[in-house]
Amino acid sequence: MGLEFLEGNEAIARGAMKANCNFFAGYPITPSSSILQYMLNMVPYSGGVAIQAEDEIASIGFCIGAAMAGSKVLTATSGPGISLYSENIGLAIMGETPMVIVNVQRQGPATGSATKGAEGDIQFTRWCTSGGLPVIVLSPATVGEAYELTYRAFNLSEQYRLPVFLLTNKEIGITRESVDLDTIALPSLVERARVVADEEYLPHYFDKLSEVPAISDFGGEHIARFTTSTHDKAAYLTTSPLVIQEMIDHYTAKIEEAADELALVKEDFQDGAEILIISYGITSRSTAVAVREARAKGVKISALTLQTLYPVSKTAMTSAMNGMKKVIVPEMNMGQYILEVERLVPAGVELVGVNKMDTTLISPDEILERGGLR
Amino acid sequence: MNAVRETYLTDAIGPLPFCPGCGHHRLIKALDKTLTKLQPDPKKVVIVTDIGCIGLADRYFVTHAFHGLHGRSITYACGLKLARPELTVIVLKGDGGCGIGGTHLLNVARRNIGITLIVANNFNYGMTGGQHSVTTPTDGLTATTPLGNIEAAMDLCGTAIAAGAPWAYRGTGFDRDLTDRIADAIRQPGFAMLDIWDMCTAYYLPRNQLGKKDLTGMMERLGLQAGVLIDRPRPEYGEQYRNLHEISEQVPRKRPEITPKYTNTVARQTGVVIAGSAGQKIRSAAGLFAQAGMFANLEATQKDDYPITVMTGHSITEIIISPESIDYTAIDSPDYFVVISEDGLEKSWGRIAKLANSATLYAEESLDLPATDAKVVRLPFVATAKKINRLSVGIVALAAMLHDTGMFSLDAFKDSITVLQKPAIADVNLQALKAGAAIL
Repeated sequence: MGLEFLEGNEAIARGAMKANCNFFAGYPITPSSSILQYMLNMVPYSGGVAIQAEDEIASIGFCIGAAMAGSKVLTATSGPGISLYSENIGLAIMGETPMVIVNVQRQGPATGSATKGAEGDIQFTRWCTSGGLPVIVLSPATVGEAYELTYRAFNLSEQYRLPVFLLTNKEIGITRESVDLDTIALPSLVERARVVADEEYLPHYFDKLSEVPAISDFGGEHIARFTTSTHDKAAYLTTSPLVIQEMIDHYTAKIEEAADELALVKEDFQDGAEILIISYGITSRSTAVAVREARAKGVKISALTLQTLYPVSKTAMTSAMNGMKKVIVPEMNMGQYILEVERLVPAGVELVGVNKMDTTLISPDEILERGGLR
Repeated sequence: MNAVRETYLTDAIGPLPFCPGCGHHRLIKALDKTLTKLQPDPKKVVIVTDIGCIGLADRYFVTHAFHGLHGRSITYACGLKLARPELTVIVLKGDGGCGIGGTHLLNVARRNIGITLIVANNFNYGMTGGQHSVTTPTDGLTATTPLGNIEAAMDLCGTAIAAGAPWAYRGTGFDRDLTDRIADAIRQPGFAMLDIWDMCTAYYLPRNQLGKKDLTGMMERLGLQAGVLIDRPRPEYGEQYRNLHEISEQVPRKRPEITPKYTNTVARQTGVVIAGSAGQKIRSAAGLFAQAGMFANLEATQKDDYPITVMTGHSITEIIISPESIDYTAIDSPDYFVVISEDGLEKSWGRIAKLANSATLYAEESLDLPATDAKVVRLPFVATAKKINRLSVGIVALAAMLHDTGMFSLDAFKDSITVLQKPAIADVNLQALKAGAAIL
């Protein structure tokens, strides 16, 4: 491959292919449509299926069916499409379905500005379906990270048996950057644990609540069951409050207990710093410039970039905020992830949001200015 | 060879859960009889259901069982079938599901994905208290049409046939040949559906005094035929899909590699804006320029802004080139601004007016420009391009700008064009490159 000039959406498709994705279904929507296009041009030639469905509900429905039949599946949309995925995202959580969902965010609400960037879907992605159970949300800052985190999203979806979100932005999705994907270090590929043929199969079997059940594919070696309804470990419908609570605890524990393991963060810490900027996605790149400029003027300042938005990287954030006097959270929305920071910020620390939702990037100057660094 | 199965139903979780006299008993027994006749490997059969009374049925079979969201069973079935074509995928769906999931019915029929759809049609929502559905006959009494239904009943088979279904059957749960017809449907390579009318003894039957014979009477009254309504096989989607992609082993062209081999004089992150019209190949020219920068050991980014229509309105591209990695990808203060057309000028008017005095504006000479602090260089981009190909105006302008600024060698631009473009197009662009560089 070598040095290329790629947009984030192509890097996502390439990351998916690198992870052996063999099923894609999607519906066109700006600014994610080119992912559909790239996948249509790649997946069938390696023996898989990529299909344009009749709508977003069908897209994710196809994906859930294919995933339970053993495929590694991807779907991609923008915020309005996530609204339509919503009910089926709950189904995928309920059925412990491994799948990767890309949201190339655009300015909302509603149709908003189709071709303009925003990060208004942060809390929406975490809480996008009924029931409020945890999901994993990764957020890349560059085209290279879009590739890497898509690949990692597949690994996590297989390892934890749940939908994993790649939450990106028009500003990465359809911006081209010089990048050499070969130079990006990737972990080894993870495949879902499968139950061996002669063992009994319970689709949601676990001993410990946080244990991820081994799976058997539809059409595979065991009789498989899948249900949207409250169920027991055998995937048979249940109304037992005891069993229902145990399953809910399981869905929660398998993600919440892995939060530290799932925490992908980048630290740029300076000794003696009493100011910290916490950011994610495209805005973390403005943070990087702001931090350089502040330091050049003698300001001691640290930065924490979150690649994992959910589950919240509590340990990393708490430790980074330790000893700070001020924490700045710039976001291309009206203040969403700052709510997570607020839950963890030590008493007496000044918490400042730098927020904008006019479709343009938050500039390093705006962070310096509104963060009170000048 | 396994022993012959006498039933595909299991009592592992007890007897079927339907109300006394409910037609779903008949339908499930008929499906069981069909499977018993066909003797498929249970591990190769998936029963897919969604919400509605019939959605309780999947788990009573010894096959795989998939129970999904209201009205969406067809979508899961399609995913299962596309991923594993060897599976027999049977969807059991209610008339309610056909309403909320109507588009999936249309589209599975249209695509002809090889699943079997059995609609347990009892004219109302049994699970939620007997509300009317898309198949409730006109005048039908339900919880939500207490004065009689004033909506027309949907002809499910007719709708699917209109959408392209190659095989469809309408009948009742009392049909003597029902198991044979279900077997026929399962044997179809493509999409096949059965619309099976029956009794909801909890709600529809008591409200409408419906008797066994009344089902066929209802069909007549609604002008709907019973029996096999269409039998016109056509290629199944998945099979076609696989054949199509096997035949054309046309693996997409790999993007050629960029080899950084030229030096540059770019000391810091530099923003270049190119403003022209849609249809002038602005994005392509700008992309080649950015990649030329990569040939010259620079990092690059590209953002495009254009209307959703094509060949009309503005096309504005922002390129950043930098000796170091690029963090902030917006251009708040462009270093170089290249304006080629009225569309581009109009859209960038304010931005050009605000250019810093350190910036240079390269403008098509025929344009009336706003007052600006930038250094202005007026050049005949359009006239120069016209002599080669009017679509090469972007290359002409960028070549002139590159030559003037000396950011990196024109050879890098030449390599970018030669390596990245098809020979015929590259040829034109190389001429444009030469002509553009010669303007200044």
